[in-house]
This record gives sequence, structure tokens and C-alpha cells, in this order.
Amino acid sequence: MKPDADNIRKGVYAAVAVLWILAPLYLDKYWTDVLNNVAIYAVLGLSLNIILGYGGMFHMGHAAFFAIGAYTTAIVNTAWGVPVLWLMPFAGIAAGVFALAVARPIIHLRGDYLLIVTIGMVEIVRIALINNVFGITGGANGIFGISPPTVFGWKINGIVAPGHYFYLLTVFLGATIILFYLLEHSRFGRALKFTCSDEVAATGSGINAAGYKLAAFVIGAVWAGMTGTLYAAKIGFISPESFSFWESVIMFMIVILGGSGSIPGVLLGAILIIGLPEVFQGLQQYRLLIFGIVLVVMMIFRPQGILPPRPRKYPVDKFEKQEVSL
Amino acid sequence: MEVFFTQLTNGLAVGGIYALIALGYTMVYGVLKLINFAHGDLFTIGAYLGLSLLTSLALTDHVGAAAGIVILAVMVMGLVGVIGILLDRAAYKPLRTSPRLSAVVSALGASIVFSNTVMLVYGPNPKVYPQGILPTTVFHVFGLPVPIMRFVILGASVILMIGLYVFIQRTKIGTAIRAAAIDQDAARLMGINVDRVIMLVFFIGPALGGAAGVMVGLYYGQIKFTMGWIYGLKAFTAAILGGIGNIPGAMVGGLLLGVIESLGAAYISMAWKDAIAFFVLILILIVRPTGLLGERVAEKV
Repeated sequence: MKPDADNIRKGVYAAVAVLWILAPLYLDKYWTDVLNNVAIYAVLGLSLNIILGYGGMFHMGHAAFFAIGAYTTAIVNTAWGVPVLWLMPFAGIAAGVFALAVARPIIHLRGDYLLIVTIGMVEIVRIALINNVFGITGGANGIFGISPPTVFGWKINGIVAPGHYFYLLTVFLGATIILFYLLEHSRFGRALKFTCSDEVAATGSGINAAGYKLAAFVIGAVWAGMTGTLYAAKIGFISPESFSFWESVIMFMIVILGGSGSIPGVLLGAILIIGLPEVFQGLQQYRLLIFGIVLVVMMIFRPQGILPPRPRKYPVDKFEKQEVSL
Repeated sequence: MEVFFTQLTNGLAVGGIYALIALGYTMVYGVLKLINFAHGDLFTIGAYLGLSLLTSLALTDHVGAAAGIVILAVMVMGLVGVIGILLDRAAYKPLRTSPRLSAVVSALGASIVFSNTVMLVYGPNPKVYPQGILPTTVFHVFGLPVPIMRFVILGASVILMIGLYVFIQRTKIGTAIRAAAIDQDAARLMGINVDRVIMLVFFIGPALGGAAGVMVGLYYGQIKFTMGWIYGLKAFTAAILGGIGNIPGAMVGGLLLGVIESLGAAYISMAWKDAIAFFVLILILIVRPTGLLGERVAEKV
């Protein structure tokens, strides 16, 4: 019996959170910006985690939803000057509606097929952006001059003051973690995980499997779209290259390597995949090679990820469960 | 009419290349139910190995253009086939009993490793195949010009496909491959060495992909380390179009996709060329997930 295992874990989480919040005070602009990217990808990873981790759907086109959010923000902001933070819900809704339209006919596809279709989807979106679809996406050059967000009349410029932007992102990240934690432990989250682990049994228990999967897709997309707003406003410029298939792979890997279905796992994944390569800049050209090897080795020796989700605890056999929960 | 004909022959030549790559996907999927994401990169490796051998051995100078290209293709096929077997050993074999997602991620990892190895060895810039190996004669069919290269590409891919088809349908080993694709356990009980079958599949598929790589090099004259990805995706689309796991399906799907893409680029929009294949992919998965020739009903698609 280790009654304090939970406390140790909580202590570690608290320490990491405090370190995270204090970090920009001791880091220069460059490294603060790296942390900003980590935060953006952490939110993206968490949103994909709803689809891939809880829903078990092999979705490798998440960059498409991210792109739609970012482009909605950029287009509306540059055309009519609407403040970017007000556009966050609209970016989310745009991505969500797109996800609903796209996912509806493909949601029943089995694992690998869904994977391939979502890859096709993200490529089509990217090609559409490059081809300046409807004449509003700016083609291959992208869109310039997106204004930085304003909070209570205070401008937060992601390039001039990444430290300020860091706290904006951290608030969003914190809210996302809390919301998704609650979602995971809600009726919705349990039903979704049940559907993922055994669809037939879930359907037999009266769960509308297709409905839950679709809902997961839309929630993930809405969140990725809102993150798109913060991404577009951070550097004030977006182009199709930022939303390539490769971005989707990175999000996918954050979830898989960190621990599919586990919030701390996904956060760790974002730190490792986005932050760690910056540390090893000297090895720049070997970075991807090493990354590929790590993927193969991880799948062979630890396919569940670095921090897999802990088994759910039931009060009935509390003592036994706590033993194995480590 | 001339545009149509030009695009048709171009589409058939490109389609032959897609079909050869698609065969690798479909054979591996048939036996292992695994999308070998690294297959497109094996195709790239084939193109680069072909270039290296072509320039270092100067085969075409010694034995003439036609024989030189054939010898080159055979060498590349052998080498890429061996790489395919090594890939299976390193990245897929330890995961035979794991969930599908693990194998898919491992395949992606292998794909990244391959494309970056090619980049580190040959550099990130596109490489140019030597020109003028094959004569640039232009044939006239019904009064319309067709470069000889298109005949060569289409002819070579059709010969390889027929060879594979005969091998799969008529030989004992081919029967073993088909049996393993239908039911591995039953095949094992019938005394078929399934591990050997898998090894063979991982030799034949990449070998055909390697041959396709050499063809792309000869046809377009330029190769890039990232090209495996897009060719791989399109070939996979072709495999699904024809019915994944179905060998004649991959051939039909490849040729059909090549023609659709080429005509679409001419008549719809050149800029959307790469997206056409993906539209076809999504459409086929929604309308007929088993593919055109997919007589075997895929379970719970």
C-alpha cells in the first residue's frame, strides 16, 4: 500500500505547473517563443486526444481544422478589422462545421481507412489554400498583417513580447486542461472511451456510437480551430506551408508518443516533440532521422506511450486499485 | 482530340507507375492487413539507387541502351527488395501481434527514417537523371504524336504486372501467398510457411516499387527525396480504387487513376492535379469501400 502515491503525483504536477508559469521570467525571447509553440501544440495535441485518444479514431488530418481556424481569423481580421480574440469562437465554429460536414460520411470507416481519408482531407485543404480558393486565402503567399490580440485594451504582441503572449496561451492551455479533464470524466467521456474499446458492446448498452464519435470529432475540431486563432495572431502571418500534412503527423505523434488518452502524457509529448529538438539544434539534419527511429523503437517496446492513462479507479476496491495505479 | 490523346497516353504511362507501386501496398495489405507507409520511400530509394548505378556503372555505354536499362532495373529491384525484407524484420515483425495502430505508427517512423536517410546521403536538392539514354523518338499513332518513352513505361509495367499475375495464379508459391492472404492460421495449418510468404511479399512489393522509381527517373528526368510520399499516397489510392488486397485491382486502379488524374489536370484544373486523386479516394471510400474489383468483402469497413 502506498497511500501517498497520489500526493506525490499531484506534487509533481504542481511543481511542473509552477516551473512552467515562472519560466519566461528566466528565459530570453527565443526560448519563450519555443515555450509558446509548445503551448500551442499542447492544446492541439489535447484536442486531437479527444478524437484519437478517447475516441480511438486514427485521425491524421488535424492540421486541416487548425488551418481553417487560423484562416477564418486571418481573413475576417484583415478584411474587417474585427479583434482577433472575438474571432476565436467563430474560428472554432468554422472548423467544427467543416469537421461535421467532412466526418459525417467517413465516421463509420475502420481504422486504416479513416487514417487515409483524413490524410486526403488535409492535403485537399492545403491545395485549396495554395490555389487561393474563393480568392480569399492569399494563395501560396498566405495572409499578412493579422493584428495581435488585445486584452482589456492591452495589446499582446507575440513577436515583440513573447513573454506576454506566453501568459495568454497559458490561460488558454490551463482552461483546456481543466475542461478536457472534466470532459474525460463525464458521461460523455466514459461513453466515448467505451465506444473506443468495444464498439459492439457499447452499442449494445444503448450508446449511439456513431453519434459520440462524430461529437468527439467536432469537439476536437472546434478546439483546434480556436487554437488556430491564437496561432495566426501570434506571428501575424499565416501561409499554407504551416498546415502541411507534416503538422498533422507531429500532432499525431505528440498524442501517441506521450500517451494516447492521457492528458499529462499529451502535455509531456508536446514538450518532448516541440521543445526537445530545439535543445539539440546542432543535430538539426539528423533530427528527423532520430525521430523516426524513436517512433519505431517506441512502438516495439512501449506502444502505449510514455505516460499512458492510468486505469480508472472504482471506490469499491480502492485499496487494490491504488496499488496498481502507480 | 489531340489534347485528349496526349493526356490519355501520359495518364496510362503514369498509371502504369502507380500500378506498380500499388501492387506493393496491396500485397502487403492482403497478407498482413498493414498499410506499409514506408513503401513510397522504398520507391524513392529505388529511383536514387537507379541513378547511382546508372552513373557509376555506365551500363548503357557497355551493353547498349535497352539491355543496360533492363540490367539496371533488375539490380535495383533486387536491392530494394532486400531493403524491403530488412524493413519488415526491423519495424514490422516485432509488432505482428500488436494493435494495428502500433504497426501504422512504426511504418510512419520507418518512412521518416528512409526519406531522411536518402536526404542525408544524396542531399536535399532534386537530382537529375542523365538524359538521352533512351532515344527520344516520337511515334505517330493515328496521326497523333506519342513519345516512345510512354510506350516503354507502360509496356514495362504491363510486363511486370503480367509476370506477377502469372506467378501469383499459376505457381505453388503464388498459391501460398494467396492462401496466406485469405486466412493466415488456416494456411499455417496446411503446412504453408507463412513467415516465408511474408518475407517474399516484402521482397516482391518493394522490388516492383523500386522498378517504378527507376521509371519515374527515366520518365520525368528528375527525382526528389520527398517524392515517395505523394506517389505512395496516390498509389495507395489506386490500390483502394481497385480493391485493396486484390492484385488485378491494383493494376486496374493504378491505370485508371493515372488516366483520371491526367485528364483531370488537362480539363478541370492543373493546379488541382494533386487533389484529384484524393477526391477520388474519398469518393470511392464513401460509395464503394471494397473498390472496383473488391469481391472480398472487407470486414466492418
